[in-house]
Amino acid sequence: MIRYLGRRLWQMIPILFGVSLGIFAFIHALPGDPARLLAGPEASGQDVAAMRARLGLDRPLVYQYLYFVRNAAAGDFGRSFRSGEPVVRILATHFVPTLVLSAASITLAVCAGLGVGILQGIRRNSVPDYLSTVVSVAGISTPTFFLGLLLIYLFSVDLHWLPTGGMGAGLRSLVLPAVTLAAEPAAALARFTRSSLLEVLGEDFVRTARAKGAGERRVLARHSLRNALIPVVTLLGLQVGFLISGAIVVETVFSWPGLGWLMIQSIAFRDYPVLTAEILLFAVEFLVINLAVDLLYAALDPRVTYA
Amino acid sequence: MPEAALGPAPAEVAAVAAPRGRSWSRFLRRRTAVAGGVITAVFLAATLFGAWITPYPPSATDYNLTVAPPSFAHPAGTDDFGRDILSRIIAGARYTLGMGLTAVCLGAAIGASWGIASAFYGGAIDNLSMRVVDVLLAFPGILLAIAIVALLGPGLLNVVIAVGFFSVPTFARLARGPALAAMGLEYIQAARAIGAGNLRIMARHLLPCALPSILVYVTLRIGTAILTASSLSFLGLGVQPPTPEWGAMLAGGRLFLNVSPHLVLAPGIAISLAVLGFNLLGDGVRDALDPRLRA
Repeated sequence: MIRYLGRRLWQMIPILFGVSLGIFAFIHALPGDPARLLAGPEASGQDVAAMRARLGLDRPLVYQYLYFVRNAAAGDFGRSFRSGEPVVRILATHFVPTLVLSAASITLAVCAGLGVGILQGIRRNSVPDYLSTVVSVAGISTPTFFLGLLLIYLFSVDLHWLPTGGMGAGLRSLVLPAVTLAAEPAAALARFTRSSLLEVLGEDFVRTARAKGAGERRVLARHSLRNALIPVVTLLGLQVGFLISGAIVVETVFSWPGLGWLMIQSIAFRDYPVLTAEILLFAVEFLVINLAVDLLYAALDPRVTYA
Repeated sequence: MPEAALGPAPAEVAAVAAPRGRSWSRFLRRRTAVAGGVITAVFLAATLFGAWITPYPPSATDYNLTVAPPSFAHPAGTDDFGRDILSRIIAGARYTLGMGLTAVCLGAAIGASWGIASAFYGGAIDNLSMRVVDVLLAFPGILLAIAIVALLGPGLLNVVIAVGFFSVPTFARLARGPALAAMGLEYIQAARAIGAGNLRIMARHLLPCALPSILVYVTLRIGTAILTASSLSFLGLGVQPPTPEWGAMLAGGRLFLNVSPHLVLAPGIAISLAVLGFNLLGDGVRDALDPRLRA
């Protein structure tokens, strides 16, 4: 287990190098000269050259890349073009709202998705089963931003129950963004849990358990669910990736001041230091979550061993 | 991940690849698949002939009739410039659906070539190119698309490139598998023995092995591509406002949400219906062509 973890972390290093190389290329391919941008519109050619030297932009590209990697590894991504604050501090302020939103959405999606999926699996071809299927197919096809606006119209504009956006109203302002972000993963989880449970319920060992006289509740809880959840965990891992990207849209719709909102802002203001650091952060997050999902298998399925 | 989520349980289908002739009847047996096909056909008609069948010119303004609710003359109402929303929806199909379709085809073509070449040359090249695919897959799709649009700037063509590019790694991996399996078979050796060149072997002998999975995934992917393209426009990174692209229309209508929700409803419903149609169709195509692909 420890060795497996070590190997996986080791394998992450080349991927991260690739990502950082991609980001480095990205910075250099961007239109505009960062030295001129930082020196300001009234800077003379000499000022710009001085700024270029200060930023290390006059050194060879290989040197610049190594410098970038060294600084990134130390958590130094420079300062924001827009506010002059260190990028790391900006990311830290916007990280918490995104964390809160994602945690709330994952919890919602897992509870709703598993709950509905299990119900569908047990009561197959019943009216609730068909209804849930229709709702989840519709949920998968509806764009996140459209769903968000529909919810705002219904609960904020029409009923005046919840705020339209921002974080001002505490827990009440979390409800709509969290529900919007949870909708697609919940629908996907429900579909997947249903089919996975149905497959397991047809297995021999379930029949054996029933033959031994185990009650339905025990068959479900002890024998079926645990097996049915293994593929569901994979999907959950993929959905977490969706949460990251979905957050960009949802945070924009609800003016939720998280990382996704920050990203759109920094694109609008061409704040490249913030943007590059954020892309790298998202990639690391994604890799870590994938690893966590793989480790979860072992906890759920004793047949999976990590040698 | 819409493609993983649609369709009935694995247990309900016998996982056997059937001969080609039965594919059609299997497709037609599923009512949802046929419904998806019909919806898709309607939207495709709008994409192709939209410019000729709009009741009003999509950019004709009428300042006496701004943000009007739906009526006989304007079935979907008018927007803040007094433009007929239904006409703009019909004309916008060309942009929203066109972008989705072109992007997926572009991604599939590049990705499939990449995957097949990787399997063909094998060894260190294969290893390296698949690591690159891993790196690209390490980014969540829309993030990659946003990064590309931030780099290239907003606009129709750049959105197509961005959305197409984020499909490339998936298609590369999808095409490599069957191609790699075929590389070990004798007919490839035979083809080489009679003097077929590298390109010919890849195009004539490896591509057909990967084609069913690629085709299925193309149909499944179109829905996602439409969603991503319209999300980019909604975020202001894609097609810009005077163009009747659905995501951009939705972003514009957002300001009027509290007084006239139809500005948001009409394009939102159009996107949802189109994606639904492509998703249902994709599920049907998957079941008909390659039931083993079922997630």
